[in-house]
Amino acid sequence: MFFTYLRRELRNRRKQTVVVAIGLAVAIALVIVVNAVSTGVKDAQSEVLASVYGVGTDITVDQPSEGPVAAGSSPGRFDFDEGEGEANEDGTRDLSDDRLSTAMGTAPFDASALETVAGLDHVSGVAASLDLENMSFSGEMPDLAAMEESGAGDVTLRMGQDGTGDGSAGGSSFEINRFTVTGVDPDAAAVGPLTTAEVADGRTLEADDKNVAVLDATYAEQQELAVGDTITVGGKDLEIVGTVSSTTGDGVATASDAYLPLATAQTLADLADQVTDVYVQVDSAENVDAVAAAIESELPDASVSTQSDLAEGVTGSLSTASDLVGTLGTWLSAIVLAAAFGLAILFTVSGVNRRTRELGTLKAIGWSRNRVVGQVAGESVVQGLIGGAAGLALGVLAVWAVNLAGITLSGASGGLTMGGASEMMRAGPAGTVQGGGTAPDGGGGGAFGERPDAFAGAAGDAVDIVLQAPVSLWIVLAAIGLAVLGGLLAGVVGGRRAAKLRPAEALRSLA
Amino acid sequence: MYQIDDLTKTYRQGKREVRALKNVSLTIGDGELVAVQGPTGGGKSTLLQMLGGLDRPTSGTVKLDGKDLAAMSDTQLTAARAETIGFVFQNFNLIPTLTALENVETALVPSKIARQSRTARALAALDSVGLGDRGDHLPGELSGGQQQRVAIARALVKNPKVLLADEPTGNLDEETRDEIVDLIEGLWKEQGLTIVLVTHDSVVAARTPRRLRIAKGAMKELPA
Repeated sequence: MFFTYLRRELRNRRKQTVVVAIGLAVAIALVIVVNAVSTGVKDAQSEVLASVYGVGTDITVDQPSEGPVAAGSSPGRFDFDEGEGEANEDGTRDLSDDRLSTAMGTAPFDASALETVAGLDHVSGVAASLDLENMSFSGEMPDLAAMEESGAGDVTLRMGQDGTGDGSAGGSSFEINRFTVTGVDPDAAAVGPLTTAEVADGRTLEADDKNVAVLDATYAEQQELAVGDTITVGGKDLEIVGTVSSTTGDGVATASDAYLPLATAQTLADLADQVTDVYVQVDSAENVDAVAAAIESELPDASVSTQSDLAEGVTGSLSTASDLVGTLGTWLSAIVLAAAFGLAILFTVSGVNRRTRELGTLKAIGWSRNRVVGQVAGESVVQGLIGGAAGLALGVLAVWAVNLAGITLSGASGGLTMGGASEMMRAGPAGTVQGGGTAPDGGGGGAFGERPDAFAGAAGDAVDIVLQAPVSLWIVLAAIGLAVLGGLLAGVVGGRRAAKLRPAEALRSLA
Repeated sequence: MYQIDDLTKTYRQGKREVRALKNVSLTIGDGELVAVQGPTGGGKSTLLQMLGGLDRPTSGTVKLDGKDLAAMSDTQLTAARAETIGFVFQNFNLIPTLTALENVETALVPSKIARQSRTARALAALDSVGLGDRGDHLPGELSGGQQQRVAIARALVKNPKVLLADEPTGNLDEETRDEIVDLIEGLWKEQGLTIVLVTHDSVVAARTPRRLRIAKGAMKELPA
């Protein structure tokens, strides 16, 4: 009788059933879409992070440099003494230099930190890397004596987006070349910057490698370098044994332009037993914060970042999408859900009011209060289930459409200069850097390349990621749960009303 | 069957207090057919509510088979309505979405008997009111007289001791009215039911052996 009565009742007020079900369906669908897209955006964020910090990295440890770096040791500065290089007949001198140093803003710290971190509880993997920048300068500079005679004007340097520079200064012609170098531990397979890279050509670094390099495939292409060629890092020619590309997507650069065995990088940069980053893998997500805190207390000078800290640093359309989904999406689905619930409650209550005599009669002929309430609530719950099923179908369809649309999000990790740098480069005139026009009196050398932040453009750039919104079993269950909840809520409110009905209502002579 | 002593029922209507029944005392014997007459608003329906355990008196007792309905819990009252008391209403009060047969079955739902015997009993009850062939019709597809017959079948299917009818012919034309009164009279004679029939129709009341009149909450016996 329960189901017969329920079915007949819902069929009898078809319009109402459909309206309530549609309301719930839209709300449920919205919840599914918002959740799926939100998860998709989060996945994209971790992909961006993974492309920079490597897969499986829960915590990164680095050490920001303290205060401005002294001019003499600035990584982007080349100093040439008077009379250095070979003098040419046209009054210029051939000069070249190659400099390998840590990247701006980071300071190397002792590799013993690695053991310290590895010794902590809940740490399941640890790897260190040494992030470096290689700057090379080669070209002709005016001979000081010649400049003083001719009284030459401004010296200008122009830098292109590829990070190389050229310029002329009273007959000078030179090239500045910069690329990023990362020394990695070939043994640490689980964590580290190379975990998101796959071999494009040749091979990756191996445990006993020495004085070899693996290049980012994009960078190698730009520089027309291939496996078997050599690359000069810190003044030493290294054999290129392989190229790697990002697993994130086609044409996406990896974190660094060149990868060296950690020991080689340390030797070339003259930073024995020094590293710039430690990548930490934690055994379980719930221990991440505890491990981060432990690292902070063990290494007070270090800057410790967890994945969620890093996620906040992801910029670009990804962060916009994240904000949009996070705020607008959540609010929208909450509002629509509330409206749908309200609608379901309203219709149920008005249905009970309309059926006062019917329900009163059932009480009069011996139906208990619980049976009457159960009947009313049952109708609402089934209505909710219909809405939930429709919403689930609608939501999955919408998510499928979103995935099919292939929305591309681009993001860069805030920790990298690349994103911001290329922005500035595109700004145009800023790319022209005024060099020291007239050589200082009595100072025999030319000093160039107080590298502005804009002077970047390594192979790494904003990472483009196609949004893939997943629908998890969890969200499917949650959606059905929400629909049943909506129905139950309406049923409880309507049922309470039905429960209060006096059976004597049945005797009232309503026409 | 019924022993009513000093029954008073007052309602609140806003600030006004309405005394629907004033110190009514009454005895209805087993197998009696009693008509209750009186003007609208005089207290007829209130008396029926008291007899049927649909509402509780303000004071006094209503004993059904020696048990005071006023002292019963809600659950006990529900059980009494489900097992002992059959109701027939002026507006038939059938569930519009259920067929005639299913409407009769609703009265057996609280007794939790097996579905098959429930259906069989409902069919037999429909047969006894002459509608055995209309079981699959919805109330809207039946005439007023037929609907009231279905309602009577619903009241009788659980074999109650008492049938309480509130203006059962109030919404029917004369011919149908007579059919329904014939039916009720036949049931009374055949089954020995105790029947209380509230009606303002003198023709209907005239056919019953005992008549009561309630006006302004007070009751008096009318001569047979």
